[in-house]
Amino acid sequence: MDFLQPASWDDALAAKAARPEAVPIAGGTDVMVEINFDARRPAALLDLTRVPDLAQWSAEDDRIRLGAGVSYARVITELGERLPGLAMASRTVGSPQIRNRGTVGGNLGAASPAGDSHPPLLAAGAEVEVASVRGIRRMPAADFYTGVKRNALAEDELISAILIPRAAGPQQFSKIGTRNAMVIAVASFCIYLNPRDRTVGTGIGSAAPTPRRATDAEFFLAAALDEAGLWDSRADLPESVVTGFGVKVQAAASPVDDVRGTAGYRRHGLAVMARRTLTWAWDAFQAGEG
Amino acid sequence: MRITATVNGETRQADDVWEGESLLYVLRERMGLPGSKNACEQGECGSCTVYLDGEAVCACLVAAGQAQGRSIVTVEGLAPAAGDLHPVQQAFIEAGAVQCGFCTPGLLVATHDLLRRRGRPTDAEIREALAGNLCRCTGYEKILAAVRLAADRWQDRAS
Repeated sequence: MDFLQPASWDDALAAKAARPEAVPIAGGTDVMVEINFDARRPAALLDLTRVPDLAQWSAEDDRIRLGAGVSYARVITELGERLPGLAMASRTVGSPQIRNRGTVGGNLGAASPAGDSHPPLLAAGAEVEVASVRGIRRMPAADFYTGVKRNALAEDELISAILIPRAAGPQQFSKIGTRNAMVIAVASFCIYLNPRDRTVGTGIGSAAPTPRRATDAEFFLAAALDEAGLWDSRADLPESVVTGFGVKVQAAASPVDDVRGTAGYRRHGLAVMARRTLTWAWDAFQAGEG
Repeated sequence: MRITATVNGETRQADDVWEGESLLYVLRERMGLPGSKNACEQGECGSCTVYLDGEAVCACLVAAGQAQGRSIVTVEGLAPAAGDLHPVQQAFIEAGAVQCGFCTPGLLVATHDLLRRRGRPTDAEIREALAGNLCRCTGYEKILAAVRLAADRWQDRAS
């Protein structure tokens, strides 16, 4: 096995172009497990922890440019106000030790349908930026996930950054697991109410082959809020809207039975999480937060 | 490959390290530091918790090459001097927080990391901070007592 350790982003892209079979490694929370258990013997590891650009974030207009190598711990401590949905989801990742090492870029690279950062990225309308020696391309997060643990990266590409709109309204995240820590999601959900654009964002985790939005539920809720003038009045949500939103979110999932839960349980849980997170977010909106 | 790193304040070197090897393996098998325990090898149990450049991490998930040139502190490096005990270690003994002992080194480092950042943590904060350290003897009540005792001692010493 070769251990490639580029010290700059250009060197990293050159290394990936020269050795497309090299497996990128950042926090190691997925890659090292596979190596420790002999599930994977890559010909080369491409260590990205020495590339300074990846470990930075910056504010660009209305978006945060989050370097792919920024840890969950830093998202929580440094970006909690600007990216509340992603920060909430980050707090549920593993343990302190895992959050110190694991990165949002790594979550995208692994592309597990259960990855905790996916629902908030989808709900916020984030874009994934990938690069190679051939150039840079950007795509909506929804287009990045292509299958179970598969993503849109070409073999010579690396994830450089995630571009996430700053929250213009309340975001809420919910996750079902067997305990409160060290848990892979049985199902998860994120909601984003954007009163500025009068839109709704959603993201479903661990209940389909890929993370996905609940597009019908987004349109349904945005239309219901518009028609009843609720963006302006901030009045209480009609029960039918809350229930209807849950039903639409549930309908957007296509879960399977597996060791962590049944498809039926996931569907049920999604409707509950959709109603709860909507209620939390609306409460925050009524209180003038976010 | 050759790995050189600062371990518990000393420059240490290991030769013939396999590129897929973990920092935990290097510490235990090549540097003679068996304090960090090898249990789950997947970041679930926290028994191998060490500081890497001042951050608590699972050594089993750090590729050896990623530790090149970095600073590592293991459980062996917590005490101020050989034969001495850190207040966290002393508290674990006095509170009876050690049963089989396998989870203890990781819990000591995780507790150290908590108490250096938060002098008097609440019980909820202790549980959150130690959520990644599993004790299969399930001696969590004594462990919580040890952390509270260590917090008191540490604060007294600091004041």
